[in-house]
Amino acid sequence: MPVEVRLPTVLRSAAGGNATVSTSGATIGEVLRNLVGAYPGMSGQVLTEDGSLHRFVNVYVNDDDVRYLQQLDTVVGEGDEVSILPAVAGG
Amino acid sequence: MLLLPCGLYTDIVAHCLGGFPDEGCGLLAGNVAGGQVVACYPTQNMAASARLYAVDPKAHLQADRDAEARGIEIMGVFHSHTHTDAYPSPTDVAQAPDPDWHYVLVSLRDTHPVVRSYRIVQEHVVEEPIVLQAR
Repeated sequence: MPVEVRLPTVLRSAAGGNATVSTSGATIGEVLRNLVGAYPGMSGQVLTEDGSLHRFVNVYVNDDDVRYLQQLDTVVGEGDEVSILPAVAGG
Repeated sequence: MLLLPCGLYTDIVAHCLGGFPDEGCGLLAGNVAGGQVVACYPTQNMAASARLYAVDPKAHLQADRDAEARGIEIMGVFHSHTHTDAYPSPTDVAQAPDPDWHYVLVSLRDTHPVVRSYRIVQEHVVEEPIVLQAR
């Protein structure tokens, strides 16, 4: 299923400068794996080496943070908007 | 250089004072390349700590959408240090999310707030001047 993904500025250079890209997948995990597969420059910035969600990014389906849904198993449906933003934190 | 309207400077400091003694935080939006701040989005500190801050992810998404609708973009973050200088901590440097962003620090250690701005690129910290604007 085609899915639109909104990218944060820090990842756009890896996607030819685009703010939004189209990829596919039925779950957030599939969407993110396909995204990194299409844009290898994002490797290590979205998913960790073991395939889990990187702790320095937040991923949303529409208005909801996937960490409060089913994480990478969160189902993505037609018309859903996936957004990636950096986790902003410090000391 | 960070071009900061006085009203937003006041909003930033007021939000940080409102969160005291915990750290306060929020996002800045505007023209990232020109360093022009146009909007400030104070957010809850999800860490609720005097030593750490974490911008509320949901508020971040709302701010990002609002900025996009206004033709601007998230260009930085501000947060307070309630016990130390207005200088990025090792944690701030290690977790700086975007080399294009501007990082505003507000120290509330002393009676008078101290506000400074930095660029953080590949864990290298460089202070930049803040230019206050009348509007």
